[in-house]
This record gives sequence, C-alpha cells and structure tokens, in this order.
Amino acid sequence: MWLFLGKRLFAIVPILLGLSILVFAMMALIPGDPATAILGSYATPENVARLNEQLGLDRPLPQQYLIWAGNLLQGDLGRSYALNRPVAHEVFERFGATLILAGSALLLCAFFGLLAGVVAAVRQFRWTDRIVTLVVLVGISTPSFWLGLLMIMLFAVHLQWLPASGMYAAYGGGDLPDLLRHLAMPAVTLAVVATGVIARLTRTAMLEVLRQDYIRTARAKGVPERRVIYRHAFKAALVTVIPVLGIQAGFVIGGAVYIETVFQWPGIGRMLVNAISTRDLLLVQGGVLVVAVSYVLFNLAADILQALLDPRLR
Amino acid sequence: MDAVSTPTVRPKPGGRSGLRLLVRNRLAAFGLVLLAVLLLVALLTPLLPLPDPDATAPADRLLPPGTPGHWLGTDHLGRDLLSRLLWGSRVSIAVGVSATLVAAFFGSLIGLVAGYAGGRVDNLLMRSIDLVMAFPYILLALTIVAVLGPGLLNALYAIAVVNIPFFARNIRGVTLGLARREFVAAARLSGARPATLLFGEILPSVWPTIVVTMSTTLGWMILETAGLSFLGLGAQPPQADLGSMLGEGRKLLFTAPHVSIIPGVMIFLLVISVNLLGDGVRDYLDPRLKAGALTAPVAATAVQRDRPADRADGSEGPDPLLSVAGLQTEFHQGDRIHRAVGGVDLVLHPGERLGLVGESGSGKSVTALSLLRLVPTPPGIIVGGEIRFAGRDTLGLSARELRQLRGGRVSYIFQDPLSTLHPLFPVGDQLVEALHTHQDLSSGKARQRAVELLEKVQIPGAQQRMRAYPHELSGGMRQRVCIAMALANRPDLVVADEPTTALDVTVQAQILELLRSLAAEQNSAVLFITHDFGVVSELCDRVAVMYAGRIVEQGPTEEVLSAPAHPYTAKLIECVPVLGESDRKVEAIPGLPPAVDELPAGCHFADRCPFAEDQCRRGELALENIGRDRAARCRKPLWSEA
Repeated sequence: MWLFLGKRLFAIVPILLGLSILVFAMMALIPGDPATAILGSYATPENVARLNEQLGLDRPLPQQYLIWAGNLLQGDLGRSYALNRPVAHEVFERFGATLILAGSALLLCAFFGLLAGVVAAVRQFRWTDRIVTLVVLVGISTPSFWLGLLMIMLFAVHLQWLPASGMYAAYGGGDLPDLLRHLAMPAVTLAVVATGVIARLTRTAMLEVLRQDYIRTARAKGVPERRVIYRHAFKAALVTVIPVLGIQAGFVIGGAVYIETVFQWPGIGRMLVNAISTRDLLLVQGGVLVVAVSYVLFNLAADILQALLDPRLR
Repeated sequence: MDAVSTPTVRPKPGGRSGLRLLVRNRLAAFGLVLLAVLLLVALLTPLLPLPDPDATAPADRLLPPGTPGHWLGTDHLGRDLLSRLLWGSRVSIAVGVSATLVAAFFGSLIGLVAGYAGGRVDNLLMRSIDLVMAFPYILLALTIVAVLGPGLLNALYAIAVVNIPFFARNIRGVTLGLARREFVAAARLSGARPATLLFGEILPSVWPTIVVTMSTTLGWMILETAGLSFLGLGAQPPQADLGSMLGEGRKLLFTAPHVSIIPGVMIFLLVISVNLLGDGVRDYLDPRLKAGALTAPVAATAVQRDRPADRADGSEGPDPLLSVAGLQTEFHQGDRIHRAVGGVDLVLHPGERLGLVGESGSGKSVTALSLLRLVPTPPGIIVGGEIRFAGRDTLGLSARELRQLRGGRVSYIFQDPLSTLHPLFPVGDQLVEALHTHQDLSSGKARQRAVELLEKVQIPGAQQRMRAYPHELSGGMRQRVCIAMALANRPDLVVADEPTTALDVTVQAQILELLRSLAAEQNSAVLFITHDFGVVSELCDRVAVMYAGRIVEQGPTEEVLSAPAHPYTAKLIECVPVLGESDRKVEAIPGLPPAVDELPAGCHFADRCPFAEDQCRRGELALENIGRDRAARCRKPLWSEA
C-alpha cells in the first residue's frame, strides 16, 4: 500500500507541472499585449511598462514561466487590479465557500446516486427500475441554472421556506443552522446532474457484478440476499464507481459556476465569471489554477480509496 | 455455463431492423419524434408569421403568456417571447450541432492517429488529452472563453475543445483494437498508404463509435453552450440564444417568471429529446448492450411448472438422499427457447458418488445448478419436473428454506476458483461467512474452525493464509479453499461442477483425492460433473451420461466402463487417453451436438451415431432398464442383460 501511495503521489507531479504550464500559457496566448489586457484599455503607458517589468513580460517565455512558477511556489499569484488585493487572498477566501457547496453536493450525489443505482439494478425490469431510469434521464437533461431558478421560485418566493441567495443572512446570521439553510437549495441543485450520472453508472456496475461467479458462490453458500447485494455485490460495484465519483467532483466544482451565479453564493465560480467579464486575468489565472489542482487532488483521493477497497490494485 | 454459451443467431444490424429496434424502444422513439418536431419548427421559423424577435415595444413590456398576439407574452423590452424563443432555439441548436461536429472531427482524428500509430505518437497525444482532462470540464470552457473573450463563436470553440477528449479516447480505444486485426495487417503488407488505410479500412469500422459518442455528447454541448450564454459569456445582445434569454430573464425572476421559465423549458425539451434518442442509438450500436447481456440474475431460478412431474416410481431400497424426476430447465432469450435440460431423472443415495458426464452444452452443469435453483434467471426457467432432497421438493421451497439448504446440507464447488471466490475479501473471511451463515458461532470460534478447515484441505500456513486474497493464492490453493468452504457445514451432498478443469494437470489428481477422502470422511454424497471419463473411473460409484439435455445411460461405473450400452457412451470412453499407450488413437466424436433450441425428434444422437437407422429418428425415446441398475436411452443398445 505504501509503495502504491508513493507511486501515485509521484505520478501527480508531472500533471501539476503540465497544469501550471497550461495555465501560464493561457496568459501568453491572450491576443495583444498582456499588460494592457490586465490593466484594461484605459491604462497609462507608464503603468503598462511598469507592469511589464514587474511580471517580467519583456523577457523570453521560458524565463517568464520560471519567474511565475517561482512566485507561485511562494504563494504569490499576483495582484488583482480590479479588486486591488492579492489574488491568492481573494482566491482562497472564495475557494472555501465553493468547497462547502461542492463538498455537500458531492456527499448528496454519492449517497443518492449509489442508492438509486443499487435499487434500480436489484429491481431490474420492474417499475422501480423504470422510474429511477426515467428520473435520472430527466435529471441529467435539466439545465442546473434553470432548475435553480425554479427552486428559488418555489421554496424562496412561493413557500418562503429558504433564503433565495447568499451564504449567510445579512443580519443575525453566521451560525451553522443559518449556513445550512442557505446551503440547502444550491447544494441540491448542484447535486442533481451528478446524482443522475452516478445512479446510471452504479446500476450498470451492479448489473455487471451480479452476474459474476462469486455472487453465485455467495448465493450457493446460503448468504442472505440482502447481504449478497449490500456486501458482496455493492463492494465490487463501488470499485468501478469510485473513479467516476472523482470525475464527478470535477463536474460538480465546474457546475458550481452556474449555481453560485444563480444563488449569489460567494464562491470561486462566481468570482471567475465576474473576473472574465471584467478581464481581470490574473484573478482568472489564479482561480483556474486552484480549482484545477483541487480536481487533481480529488481524483487522487478517489484512486487511493479505490485501492483501499481492491487489494489487486495496490 | 454450458447452455448459455450455445451459439444463438442474433438479428443482423441493418437499416430496417435498426429502425424497428428504435421503434420498439418507446422512449427512444419518443425522443426521435420530439426532436424531429423541434428541429422542424426551428427550420420553419423564418417562414412562420412571427413578429421580429428584436423589435422592442416599451408599451407592451412584460405581458403575461396567453396575451392575444403574444402567446408566450413579452419580455422587459416588449419583445415577443415566442418569436425570440424560436429564433433563439435555432441559434442554440446550430451552435450545439456545430460544436459537436467540430469536436467529433478533431477528437476522432486524434483518436484515429493515436490508435493507429501507437508508440510515442500515441503516448504524446494521449498524455496531452489527459492533461486537458485534468481540468474540470466547465472550468476549461470558462478558461478558453477568458482567453478568447466572451462571444457566441468563442463559446462554441470552448465547448468543442472541451469535448475533444471524449472523442479522442473512445475512438483511440476502438482503433487500437482494429489496427492489430488481420485485415489491416494484410492491407499494410500490400503496400497501402497509412492515410488510405486509416480512412478506407479503419474509419468505416470506427464510425459507430463516433456516432454513439456524438449522440451522447450533443445533449451536453447544447446544455453547456446555453450555460455559457446564461453566464453572459456566450451570445451577446442583441443576438440571443436560449441561454442568454434565460440569463436576461433571471433578473425578472420575481416580477415576470415566465421570461426565464419558458426558455428553460425549451432547453430541457431539446436536451432530453437528444438524450433519449442518444440512449436508443447507443443501445442499438453498442453490441454488448444489444445482446441483452446486461441482466442480473435474481436470487433463485424461476420455477414455472406447467407440466406435472411424471414421478418415476418403483425406486427400490431405502429413501434416496436426492431424487430428480423429469427435470426441465430452459433458457428463454428473446423468441428462442433453449431446452438445456429436457427431462432428467437422477437418484443419489447417502454417501454415494455419482458422476454426471457429458460434453460441453449437454446440460450437466445446468442440471447441477437447478438442484438448488442457482441457474440464472433471466434467462433460465425451470419449467417442469421435481427435485426431492431428503424427501422435500426443493422447487417448492420458500427463499428462507432454500437458503438453509444452500451451503448447509447441500454445497457446491465450481469450476474456476479465481472467479468463484470474491476478489475483494480475504479467503478467511469468506470461509468464516460460510460458517456463520449456518452455524451459531462466536467470531473467535468461527475463525478457529476456519483455520482447522484450511488445515484439513492441506493448505500450509493456514493461520497466515486466512488473510490472503484469492489473487495471492495459486489455482490449486484457491480450489482447496473452495473445498474447505463447501465442507464447512458438513453437507449431506456436495455438488462439484468440473472442479479440476481450470487447474494444472499435476494439481488435478491431488484435488480429486482430497475431495474423495474428505467427502468419505464426512459421509457426504458427491454429484460430480465432468466431461472426463477418466476422472469418473477414479472417483465415482455410479455414472450418468448426458447428451443434449437428457440422460442417455446410467449404471455402476465399472460396468458402464467395461460394457457401455449407448453408442455415445462408448465414444466418450474412447476419448480418454490412457497413460502409457501414447500411440492409441484418441478419436474425437465426429459432428456436433444438436442446438438445444432445435432438437430433432427421436434419438438426439442419431446424426452422429454410426449405428443409426431410420426408426431412431422417430417418436420419443425413453430411458429403459437394460439390466440390474442399468438403463440406456437407445433402440439398439450395445449391451443389455437380456
């Protein structure tokens, strides 16, 4: 296991390196002069020149990258001119909010997706299976930003059960119940699509596993059917579903962009959209980098979890 | 699973049957119709008598749906929503389809080249793809828009790029398989240029994969384009697609919800119709799903005995441990019915060892699995007969009663111990589970018993091996574990289904001896399924020979071996190589057993029998007594007492 862990950790080094190059290249690819792009078209020539020097933009690209990567390793992602504060501060503050949202959505979709998938597989060809299949199809075909609006209309406007937007109430909020009340709608909305994907996959994986010889062995041993399904079959199905959970983490973090916009959640997705509109490119760069790295780590976690379940992988 | 592997004729994919399949899949047909209607409306939009979608009319702002002249109402600038909806749909569909085509083109190209070239080219391309996929999907699209700047065309590029990896990966996988096939190698040898080969030979075979990937990603792409426009990063005013309409309408959520709800409904309808159709296309083009392979068997074989069991009476002596009468097990696949077991009678006394012998597909495994209803349903159904174990009909037992028999008084040993042991649990845990299921033991006591059992099957270092996973053991060791598991609850009957077939020849003899001695020690009866008469002669007191789902001969092993009555038995015995007689001719039986979905009348063996006459092919043939404790299903037995 330790060897596996070491290998796996080592393997993400080139991925991180590649990511950093790609994110860096993004800036280099922007048409026109980067400093002008960063400062906006109203910038004075002096300011542009100063920024060019600051960022080392007058030097050759490889050297620029080294400077940038060096700063990155010291936690310096540059400065957001629109917000007038360091990018790193802004990004990490926002990322916390996104993690709360995406993490809850992931928990929701893992729980309900696995449950629905198992139930559908076990009741294959019966009504339960058909209903789950249909609900899943509707779920993955629904635009999440639209679903969010419908939820707001129903639960915030019509029923007035939940707040329509934000992370905490403006007055008297700030505690956990307040956070949960604000979190409920965005987290559920964000989880819907991923739940559908996971339910589908779990169903297929369960069907595949239930046909295996070792399931027949368990039944031939007289193991109660409930145990056959939830212990023997589910564990094996989980091995194939877990990597997909890792991939879904990416969809959930990405999908948070819409949900944060709809529910005014102060996360990194909304920050990115604003930054793109205002052409605050260093902020975009920092945000993209942090999210991408977190996605790599989510996948790493999924790999490790998978190896913990399956001794053949370690 | 002999019977399952019998070749079946599948409908060939083709235009007409494809259409029929699509129609049979009602959801896919619904998707097709819905999509066709939406596309038709979008196409005809310029011809419809609609107001200008961009004409503002401040006096008519935010009219509710149902207003005459504005059936879906108007937005905050007084523009007609129906007109905007239809024009917007055109934009959304066009962008979604274009993005799909762009992604399909570049993705497939990368996949084809990587899969065909292999080696370093493949490595480089696929590592780049991996890197792109290391970004969360939507984030990557956002980044591209950030670089290129907001706009509908840039959103299109972004969505296309983000989807390239899906195509590249899928198509590379298929190409990789194809590039190693004979027809490609042959074309390569004949001097075809790589490009000719790639597009002339490989592309046609890869085409279905491309279509499936397109049909599964198109929905996503429409959704994501709408998403980018919703965020204000796609279509820019005054141009509008469904996403940007939704985005504008969002600001009016509290005053005029219809402005944002209506475009959302349209996106939803578009995407779900594409997804429904896509699922249908995938089911049709993906051979694995088409064969109906993905069905999970239920806990016990279905029993639908519409035929009464014709009880074979006159069984002499003490009550048998197991008696099977007229057992019929069928596999129902589509319109075809495979009669895997067509009326089997068996009797097994306590402590007796009976060999059930036959070729692959003779129905011997299915017979064995039918005893405790372990034949997979679907497609298996037990349609007739009676199975009495210790006086009770196992086909009529409740789930709970059946479970008590399984692994308790009757246990199984299967063919391949690698696939029959659970790969994710240590063998010790699996053994302990067998004990716990039928005995009320403390967990410490159960583990101790498990170690004893492992020692009994001669596994060295049993204590340590408890923690070993199946893949860490050798084939022989694994089968020893299975034997230990089968004997854990001192069963009255052990059903061993070709337990040595998957093993090394050198290990086979040891395993057989182990099984024989342990069964004898516990006085367990053994039903031994094999295709090998050599094994039967070493292990079994009596033998029953199966052919095409029926018993054709049975009797004491010695007698049958020395004087077989059925020509088939005689042929099978000839097949056994004898040690030390290497120049003896081992003859395969000419011909093949009949397909069990098209059984001939009369004797099923007639077509391969050297002695067959016309009368052999007529009427029903019974298993008749030909001597004391001997029976054969043959008009002209080679041996009989009379």
